[in-house]
Order: sequence, then structure tokens, then C-alpha cells
Amino acid sequence: MEQQTQIRVQPVDKKKIQKIWRVAGILGAITTVEFIIAFTIGAGSAKTFLFIALTIWKAFYIVSEFMHLGHEKKSLKMSILLPMLFVIFLIFIMIYQGNAIYEVLN
Amino acid sequence: MAGTAVVIEENNQHVWSGGVAPMKASYGKLMMWFFLLSDAFTFSALLITYGLIRFSHPAYDGSVENFVFSSEYWPIPEKVFEAVPFLHGMELPLVFVGIMTFILILSSVTMVLAVEAGARMDRKGVEKWMLWTILGGLTFLGCQAWEWSHFIHGVEITGKDGVAFFQGAGLTSNPYGPPNFAALFFFITGFHGFHVFSGVVINFIIFYQAMVGIFEQRGHYEMVEKVGLYWHFVDLVWVFVFTFFYLI
Repeated sequence: MEQQTQIRVQPVDKKKIQKIWRVAGILGAITTVEFIIAFTIGAGSAKTFLFIALTIWKAFYIVSEFMHLGHEKKSLKMSILLPMLFVIFLIFIMIYQGNAIYEVLN
Repeated sequence: MAGTAVVIEENNQHVWSGGVAPMKASYGKLMMWFFLLSDAFTFSALLITYGLIRFSHPAYDGSVENFVFSSEYWPIPEKVFEAVPFLHGMELPLVFVGIMTFILILSSVTMVLAVEAGARMDRKGVEKWMLWTILGGLTFLGCQAWEWSHFIHGVEITGKDGVAFFQGAGLTSNPYGPPNFAALFFFITGFHGFHVFSGVVINFIIFYQAMVGIFEQRGHYEMVEKVGLYWHFVDLVWVFVFTFFYLI
């Protein structure tokens, strides 16, 4: 080859790497807490609520930091997040429907 | 040779015709996001179906210690998923699926590190971290294969005549609970597992392309970033499957 392009490897930004591992640590810690809850708290709506809250917390870290959505433009953020409102709507009507089916069958 | 790379680079800059990328994201990245949004709808629909079917069945309302499997009510997941490879006969509820969760989270972390290395044009770093990610994905798939085979192979049941036999789960019946329980298990974890499988294949293609220097010629490692988005999504879905299928 007559023309060799020089590839310059930039130095590692220690702070960035530290942040990645910190987020990883948070995700691991939340999962551990979920485990502890699974065996210490009796079944009930409090337990379910805790699990869902912790799951959404984890999801926030994955989407915002790992998928970098937290650092994108607001229009991009909203075009991904707002359509998810349909999912929340679907959860409510389908759980309601499930209860209705239960009433009919029993 | 180097000239070709320059042409590709120029084309990229005019992809959005106006010269400026909308939402400050490249075409490929934006389309990956919208694909993931549609995929999120699919997984949401599956998990909400699980909720609907579960709520239409009676819940077990006795104590956990006295729980017995019956098709009359929905089973408690920690009583179903309690086996770990090589530890036969021991009751270790949720331990194996917990290990799987940690493996997938860790492979997501190595993927972030691969993307970070790509941003610095560090080919060696991309190769190293992509390889760890692929390894994590394959380990997860192996774990899932074991879990499925255990689930299908079944549990030992002593019949009325005192003879012990194995009964496993299928799409129409299972020894743990209502038929839909196993059907949903196969559909939801199967669909997720298929995503993991395709993710590993795509990761491998990207690893190969990085290795032969395609991205170096192209001048950027954006493909690693796009595939990274897909891989994180697979991890994200597992977080929800873990909660709604195994914990609640």
C-alpha cells in the first residue's frame, strides 16, 4: 500500500471506565436486594410493588447509561419513551380483563 | 485502498441530505432505536399476556412451606425453579436463574467497554471486550438450554400405586400448574433466548469485522455502538422477564 493511514488510539479516560463499573455495581446490588426480598418478605402487594420499583430502577440505569439514551437529545429521548405509554395503558386494561375472566370462571 | 475508505466516509455525511443528522443521531442508530421500540412492544405484549393469564387463574393462598403443585392454582415460581446443575436433589430456589442474570448483566458491561474502546479507535480493546461479551452470551444460552431440558425432563412423582415416574412440562400439560404456565415459560424465555442467540451471532460478525480491520478503514466504530444497543436491550428484557416470571 502506498498510503498508510495512521490510526491514533486515544488514551483511556479513567473516569469513564470508573463510571461504567459503578453502574455495573449498582445493577448487581439491586439484583442482590431483589434476591434478599424474595426470601424475607411474604407474598403480597408490598412485595410486588417493591419488585416492580426495583426493576424499573434497573431498567433506568441500563437505558440511560448503558444505552446512552440519557445523553441523547431530548427529542430522541421522548420519541422512544412516550410510545411506551401505550404499554402502561395495556398493562392496566389487561390486568383488569384477567380479573374479569377469573370472576366469570369461578 | 485507502481512497475507498474516504469515499464511504463522505457518503455517510450526506446520508441525511441536509448535512445535519436529525436528533444528532446517525441514520443507523436512530433506526436501531425504533426497531428496539417495536421489539419492546412485542415483549411487553408477551409479558402482559402472562399477567392476564395469571390473573385469570386462582392464586395459591396457603403458606409457602405447605405448597404442593396443582393445576388448580398458579404455582409459586421459587418452588418450580430450584434446581442447579451438578447439585442434584438440592433445593436451591432461584439460585441458577440468579447466576444467569448476573452473567447477562456482566456481558452487558463488557459490551459498554467494547463501545468505549471503539470510540477511542482501540482495536485491541474492542476485540477483547467483544470476545468477553460473546462468551457471556454463549454461557447464558448454555444455562438456558440446561434449564429448558430440566423443565422438559421433569420432576419425579410417586403415583398412587407407589411407583415413581418422571413427568415433564410440555405445551399442553405440566406437573407444576395450569397448562398455560409452561406454555408461557416456553414462549417468553424462548423468544428472549432467540434474541440472545441472534445477538451472539451479530456480536460475532462485528467481532470478526473489527478483527479484520473493516472499522479501522471506515474510520469509526459505530457498528459496535449499534450492536451494543441491541445487546443492552436483550439484557433489559431479561431484567423484566426475571422479575415478572421468576420473582413475582
